[in-house]
This record gives sequence, structure tokens and C-alpha cells, in this order.
Amino acid sequence: MTDTPNLTTLSCPMPLCDHDTVQLAHGAGGRLSADLIETFIVPRFANTTLERLEDQAVLDMPPGRLAFSTDTFVVTPLEFPGGDIGDLAINGTVNDVAMCGARPLYLSVAFVLEEGLPLATFHRILCSMETAARIAGVTIVTGDTKVVDKGSCDGMFINTSGVGVLPPGIDMSSANLCDGDVVIVSGTVADHGMAVMTVREGLSFRSSVASDTAALNGLVAEILGACCETRALRDPTRGGLATTLNEFAASSKVGIKLDGEAIPVREDVGAACEILGIDPLYVANEGKLVAVVPAESADKVLATMRTHEHGRNAAIIGRVTTEHPGMVACRTALGTERIVDMPVGEQLPRIC
Amino acid sequence: MKYLTEFRDPVLARTLLDRIAAATTRSWTIMEICGGQTHSILRHGIDQLLPDEIELVHGPGCPVCVTPLETIDRALAVAARPEVIFTSFGDMLRVPGSKDDLFRVKSRGGDVRMVYSPLEAVKLARENPDREVVFLAVGFETTAPGNAMAVKQAAAEGLTNFSEIVSHVLVPPAMSAILSSPVNRVQGFLAAGHVCTIMGWGEYEPLAAKYNVPIVPTGFEPVDLLQGILACVEMLERGEARVENRYDRVVRAEGNPAARAVVDEVYEVCDRPWRGIGVIPDSGLRLREAFAAFDAERKFDVSDIAPTEPEICISGEILQGLKKPDQCPAFGNDCTPTSPLGATMVSSEGACAAYWKYHRSRL
Repeated sequence: MTDTPNLTTLSCPMPLCDHDTVQLAHGAGGRLSADLIETFIVPRFANTTLERLEDQAVLDMPPGRLAFSTDTFVVTPLEFPGGDIGDLAINGTVNDVAMCGARPLYLSVAFVLEEGLPLATFHRILCSMETAARIAGVTIVTGDTKVVDKGSCDGMFINTSGVGVLPPGIDMSSANLCDGDVVIVSGTVADHGMAVMTVREGLSFRSSVASDTAALNGLVAEILGACCETRALRDPTRGGLATTLNEFAASSKVGIKLDGEAIPVREDVGAACEILGIDPLYVANEGKLVAVVPAESADKVLATMRTHEHGRNAAIIGRVTTEHPGMVACRTALGTERIVDMPVGEQLPRIC
Repeated sequence: MKYLTEFRDPVLARTLLDRIAAATTRSWTIMEICGGQTHSILRHGIDQLLPDEIELVHGPGCPVCVTPLETIDRALAVAARPEVIFTSFGDMLRVPGSKDDLFRVKSRGGDVRMVYSPLEAVKLARENPDREVVFLAVGFETTAPGNAMAVKQAAAEGLTNFSEIVSHVLVPPAMSAILSSPVNRVQGFLAAGHVCTIMGWGEYEPLAAKYNVPIVPTGFEPVDLLQGILACVEMLERGEARVENRYDRVVRAEGNPAARAVVDEVYEVCDRPWRGIGVIPDSGLRLREAFAAFDAERKFDVSDIAPTEPEICISGEILQGLKKPDQCPAFGNDCTPTSPLGATMVSSEGACAAYWKYHRSRL
């Protein structure tokens, strides 16, 4: 019997080099900079555009409107259960480009590295970016690397920008929601935020929760295939599901009524939230989306989403209403109604 | 989730609501002591389901809310010192002092860190022998054992760079203060389940007898709360004034003897000012003389603190059950979670924050 290799976990050995850690000279533009780029970075993202090592990427774009997005990634710790800052940076920008319906094509990647960062850590993160980009089907065509003094950044910051092309006839916006529309979430909420929180310093807390970081461009294409009238898509990252829905309600000047019991939350994630006194509706996701669709398409979209690996636990969680415009309300298990407000800031674990 | 899902069961909740309705013949005002209970009541909309005759008023049991402004200002002054690593439970970080909060001190370069357990602060002291690690030890009887244990642990390890700003408060003296007020409206209490887990319910029996008031140790889930309300209403209707434990899956009469012992070893009872309420005799804990070396207020000279409270804030009346958040003229106008005037609006257990966050009257 022959074992089939798992291509998503195979990693290349770290290149040989004279240092174990990132040095200031790695960002100084000289020989060490060139070594870092040519032996660590370029081989991971190998493509003919990047390999030209010019100051810019020259791209052939298919016809259509261009979607363009940028995001900067800072996370402590750099590596956490289910992912790391690298796949987060690829998937995050892929998802931001994809949420308007565009097909993400090209990404730029800019690193700010802290002097002293182990090169082995950098290599692992590059490998995970390589895998994430391959899975998402995007090409990394240009980039930049800077090194800052020890203490000036938290290990590593990454900025990614991305472009994609929008097919004709797609016009989604958070301002498009109409009375009676149906709100669907693509899976369990709060996985990413709780995965990171449970490994943070200061929280003597361990669990099996893993980040949900994933590229959702494939799922977006499936949703639009099932319903080109989809009103809005958004990935509820920072601030969680509650923030995204409040933004939708405010932009469209409508109310949203949620069914609290229908919102999918993993049991272990829910338990971690209970212990820390945190509401899962406000916790970040990195591989989930919220779709608002016309009522008549809801069942079809839901069924389509559930056939996709990133939508297996998709659920209808609420409806758009003309009542309480700009606000989100949630029906509780007891049949009462409560507000789901915008969060003020980061949720803080309670005293007792 | 075991011990959680079954206490959120809507069918069971409905049965209890029917029993409460059947038992109620007159108007009763019941106070839930704990801010965690207040939030649970509003989050699940339990106040919307009770008979009109039952009014729930919200008690002083939010440790963040009742911590005196002076203590917060002192903590901010200590946290700003360059040699200090200042540690705190998460929900103290955003509580406004006279001018600042801990987040702003952090943004100006103060080394402020959130910990989930005070023993994490002791660990930081061990790992940073050249820094002073200070823990802001606030809370009711619930957090006192952990905070006391941190001091005991630091003493056992011979750590001289760990200290606490202690501002612990005790529930029974606050209940006495509320009940002996000439304007008191409270006729029955849901006692705080977690406090009773530590302290037991024996200390509430003299209160029930002296003030002729039923007291029901109660948990935090909808079924817990409804069981507590039912027991309270039944006693009120029968004219009984006893302590009846309705959180018996957790609370024992004697509480947790080991936890009580460590609290008693490290802390002693003292008079304590409560934010918005004033000084309540014998209502706080402070470090015993034997542990004076761990008293941050003695270690750091921060005596020139002159706090100023916003005049419009009625959090004191809210914490005594005299008014409700939506009766405050500043609620939702001058006072919101983004610009809170009082701690009851900012704390995750504060009654004003609960009304802002959940109450359907805002819809």
C-alpha cells in the first residue's frame, strides 16, 4: 500500500544561511537582503513575474472591473492553533477582494520583520503563505521586506494587497439589503478569535479550538452561481458577526432580526466563551462569510453553500426587516428579544 | 454543554414562569445582587417574561462599578511608573478614573497587562526580578481567594517585587446598608451565586432575620434565575424570611472552607468606600499587617490623589436599587459605552451597560 502525501502539510527544508535570526542587515538592501529575498522568499512564491525582481509587477488583466483591497496583519502569537500570521495574511486579502464577487488574481506581500526573529519561524510562515496562495489560486507578484530594531515590532507584521476582476452583472453592497431578505452565515462563528485568545500570554487556558482561517473565493463563486442577486457578502473578521450585521443594518437603513438559536457555535468554542465571559457574536472569524440574499433564493444558496468545504455548517440565522432601522435584534431561546449592538472595543475577559 | 444547556431549557423556564405567575398575588420588588445576574436577566430578556407585579432592581454586585474612583486614580498613578508592570483583570482596563483609564496609561507607555489569574502576575514577578509587578486586586468574596493566594505564593517564594492594590468588597454589609436605608424598596434578594460558593450562605441568615427579608442564593442561567425568583416570591407571599439555597449544585452552607481560610490568613475586614454609595462599615478587605510588604499603596507614594466624580451620574442610586439606568437623564445621551460617565456604563457587569447592550426598549 502506498501512502498518499498530504500536499497541504508538506514543507520545504529551510534554506542554508549564515544566521539563525533576522539581522538588521537583512533589510539594508545589500547582500544579506538579496540572500533573504532570493533564498527564502522568492522560491516560496515562485512565478515568472516575481522572479524578474523588478520594482513593480507588470500584469496581464482579464477584461472587467478591477477590485482592489489591502490589509495589514498583526497577531500575537505569530503561530496559533489552526494557522499563523502567514496564511491569515493571504486568506484575509483574498477574502476582502472576493466579498464583492471579484475573482482574486494577484497579491503583493510586504513584511516588517523584527530584528532577532528566528529565520526558522520566518521560513515556516513563508511555507504556510505558499500553501495558502496555492489553495486560493492567487499569485504573489511583488513584495517588500523591511527589518526594524528589536522591540519596534512584535516579531513580524505583514501587509498584503490584492487585485481581482469582477464579472459583469454583479453589484453587491452593504447598502443593498431589502425588507424580507435572508441572512446566512457560512459556518460556526468565533473559532479564530477564541483560538488566538486561548494561547495568549496571561490567559492560563488551554483548549482544542483551532482558527478557521481559509480563503473563501471558491465559496463566493458558488454562492453567486446560485444567486446572482445576492445583496451583500462580508467576512466577519474583527468585531465578529455582530459588527458585520450592524454595519449592514446601518448602511441599508434596515433592521435585522436574528434567531439566536440558529447561529452555529462549536461546543468547545461556546464553552471557552462562557468561561471567559465573551459573547461569540463579537469574536473574530477568518474563514466565514455572511451572505444576505432575497428570500426566494435562500434555500438554494444554503444548499449550495453546504456542498462546499467552507460552507458545510452554513445556516440561515435571520431576516431583514423595516422595524428598528439601523439596529440588530436577536430572538432568545426563551422567546424574548434583545439588542445585538456594535461592540465598543475589544471584549475583555470579566473578573468573575 | 453540561451544566449549562439544561439551565437554559426554554420548556423548563416556561414552567417556572407559570409557577411564578401563579404564586404572585401582589407587587414585589426583588434585587439581584450580582452584576452577572443583571446581565443574564437582560441578555435572556427574563425581565420581559415576569408578571407585571414583579419588579427586578439591580444591585451593587459589580466589582468594577463599586471600586472607588480614588482607588482607580491611585492604580493609574502606579501603572504609569516606569519600573512597574501593572496587571489587572480585563474588565478593569477600560474603567474611567478622574481623567484616564488603564488603556490610556498603556498608550502613553505604561506597561499594563491583562491577566486572567492573579497567579499570572506572580509568574511575571518571578520572571522579571528587576521590575515591580503590581496587581489590582478588586472584586467581591469571589475573587478574594485567588488574590490572597497570589500574595501567599509570592511570600512563599520570597518575591519582593510583587504587590497588590487591594480594594475588595463584601456583600453582606452592602445588603445591610441597602436594607437600613430609609428609602429602601427591596423586599427580597437573589444572593450572588459565586460569592456564596466561596462564603456559603450561613452569613445571610442573621440578615434575613434582622430585616425580615427572604434571601435566595441564585445562579446565573435563566432556569437558575427563575428558580431563585420563584423561591423569593413564594417566601414573600407566605410572609417568610429565610435563606433558601437555589444554587445547590454549587453552593454549600459552609462555602469553600479552604478558600475562606486563605482569605482570612491574608486579608482582614476594614471599612471601605463604595463608588457612588459612600463608606460602608466593615465592608471591605485589606492586607493584614503580616503581609504589608505586598501592599502597593505603601510601596509607592501616590498620596496626592483628589478624584472628581461627574455630578450628573446617578450610578450610586442605581447600585442601591433606587433607580434604573433608563431613568438617568444622561443614559444614552451624555453617557454611552464609548463615553461613560460612571463605571456602571463601562463594566461588563454594570447595570447601565447591560441596559445599553441588551434592553429592547432601545429598539
